[in-house]
Amino acid sequence: MLELVIFSLLNGIVYGLLLFMLSSGLTLIFSMMGVLNFAHAGMFMLGAYFSYQIGKMVGFWPALVLAPVLVGLLGAVVERYGLRHVHKHGHVPELLFTFGLAYLIEESVVMGWGRNPIENRVPPSLDFPLFALFSTSYPAYKAFMMLVSLGMFLVLYLGLKRTRTGLIIQAALTHPRTVAMLGHNVPQVFMRVFAAGTALAGLAGVIGGFALLTAPNMAASVGPIVFVVVVVGGLGSLPGAFIASMAIGIIQTFAVALDVSTLDVLRRLGVGVARDSAFYEALSIKIAQAAPMFPYLLLVLMLILRPKGLMGTRET
Amino acid sequence: MMSWMGRSLLSMLAIVVVATSAGAQGTLKIAYIDPLSGGAASAGILGQKHFNYFADKINAAGGVNGQKIEILAFDNKVSPEESLIILKKAMDDGIRYVSQGNGSLVAHAITDAVLKHNERTPGKEVLYLNYAAVDPALTNEKCNFWHFRFDADADMKMEALTNYMAQQKTIKRVYLINQDYSFGKAVAAAARAMLTKKRPDIEIVGDELHPLQKITDFSPYVAKIKASGADSVITGNWSNDMLLLIKAGKDAGLKVDWYTYYAGALGAPTAIGRDGIGHVKQVTEWHKNALPAADPDQIAYEKRFTGKEDDFSYWRVKTMFEMLATAMKNAKSNDPVKVARALEGLKWKTALGEVEMRADNHQLLQPLLISTMSDKVKYDVEHTGLGFVTNGKIDAKDTATLTTCKMERPK
Repeated sequence: MLELVIFSLLNGIVYGLLLFMLSSGLTLIFSMMGVLNFAHAGMFMLGAYFSYQIGKMVGFWPALVLAPVLVGLLGAVVERYGLRHVHKHGHVPELLFTFGLAYLIEESVVMGWGRNPIENRVPPSLDFPLFALFSTSYPAYKAFMMLVSLGMFLVLYLGLKRTRTGLIIQAALTHPRTVAMLGHNVPQVFMRVFAAGTALAGLAGVIGGFALLTAPNMAASVGPIVFVVVVVGGLGSLPGAFIASMAIGIIQTFAVALDVSTLDVLRRLGVGVARDSAFYEALSIKIAQAAPMFPYLLLVLMLILRPKGLMGTRET
Repeated sequence: MMSWMGRSLLSMLAIVVVATSAGAQGTLKIAYIDPLSGGAASAGILGQKHFNYFADKINAAGGVNGQKIEILAFDNKVSPEESLIILKKAMDDGIRYVSQGNGSLVAHAITDAVLKHNERTPGKEVLYLNYAAVDPALTNEKCNFWHFRFDADADMKMEALTNYMAQQKTIKRVYLINQDYSFGKAVAAAARAMLTKKRPDIEIVGDELHPLQKITDFSPYVAKIKASGADSVITGNWSNDMLLLIKAGKDAGLKVDWYTYYAGALGAPTAIGRDGIGHVKQVTEWHKNALPAADPDQIAYEKRFTGKEDDFSYWRVKTMFEMLATAMKNAKSNDPVKVARALEGLKWKTALGEVEMRADNHQLLQPLLISTMSDKVKYDVEHTGLGFVTNGKIDAKDTATLTTCKMERPK
């Protein structure tokens, strides 16, 4: 039992941290530019594919740096030559633009690397059990994932709160005209923020690529949950996204371990339900089976009860 | 003299014209309805290549009853609705043979539509050759005279798996993990029923249903399997659900044997990789090392298609074409009704043993193999250096299951 609890906790934390890596870029872009970027998960996928391709040529460690940089550059191009023009027409065209972009990315990946999963292995330098507790081993690459995402959180947080650039970015968000008057190039600030945000998604992709499965549907499989994190954490709030992703990761992992159904609870309370009752099927669904539903339940509840999210500063 | 020569020249010309027009119209058309675009396209395209290969082979030997076979491929995007539109069009164009394999939902739609069509338009009957849809219902409560299945159904495969498992005395605790939809539930139910009957001493320590193709990290499930103390896992999972499950098992150092349906399916060996050596088992009618030496068709096929994902995979498609051609020859006709009657009860010798098309429910009985992933193989798959080696073989007659089919035959 203790083994199950400890490893569920560890798994939950790793999953939560991966979610955070993905959503931090999204929330950064949203808080600075007001753009809800549907193509963000696509950038995550590109990070995985780029690192695989670069890794084959120069090895994993250079790829860890090069792939996110490449994805970031792509982000800069997308902002400069696409989003900036669409931006003038308001938020709906922007949404549609990123939506279309997401499809473009997926189809290009299919064309480039095929429909089937590619052989994106954990690099040999990280492919060993870090420690074994009881009889379960814990892979080193998961610890590495934790390290990278925690490092990312620190750098981002300090960068935004403690540096001059961070100050300009924050000012440009609320008072773009004033910042421009002061001689700063606001469109360029936006482009850099967008590039940095997509580079973060790329970094998450490098790490998530071998932890999950590198296949053309990986963007679609993480896309929705990332939006949940951003909304629950509060749009634009970095600490909020951190708390929300950890909470979702841990809740979901523990829910899987619970083989309890509403029926069992009712029985414990002395309420019997007939086998031929219309509700029998619904009541006998175990918590474990419903686990993937919880994040979305949380999303709906959060929007009803507290629309600005856990740590958000404005209503959405 | 001149007029005689002119006349004979003219009549020769006429014969040539008739012959070519007969050749163009007179091919035996088979509509191949499977996904050729979208997420499941790779499986559909692989099947299409097998169909083309065997059709060409039969044609090179002169065709059947003087007709050449022509495969017309249609993309149904694994959608039952799209398939019905395609089927309608194909039947309107006079195509009398259709084949499909990916997705039992699609198979149900096609078999219903074919049955209705054949009842309404006698003289224009259509045969449905099913090469991969494995829902047991198709040859039980939903069976009909026009549907023939050349793949073993889900229950037969479970029968084979559990027969093999029953002999493994080291198996004590088994965990079932399957996808939460009709097929996954059917696998779980069959595994539980058959294991309890064949080895009452085996304890089923878990029976898990997880959401279909939505899990990105199976670690929480693996932690549960670990906590249960299972030594073997049975899963009908396919695609990502199986690859990620095995990957998570390897990460946590889970030491179990995996009994699967689809560990050898396209893309899976690449994704599972060396983690699967010795522990990942599958039940299939064939794998590339099933015979001591490669089958001539395996060699010729892989000479023609040389991509990384172009392994010769569908032994049952070979069996299907050979049996179809034999039935046509026996019937001395390519008329679907006569061919269907000739297919019923037809026995055929393959390199792996005798197979038989059951007359009572139109399910092919063929030998099934239990095999394990290995890196010491003569023929690897997907250029991975990995392949499968046979652990056990269940003869065709031993794979038969009881059927509830009440076949209605045309008068």
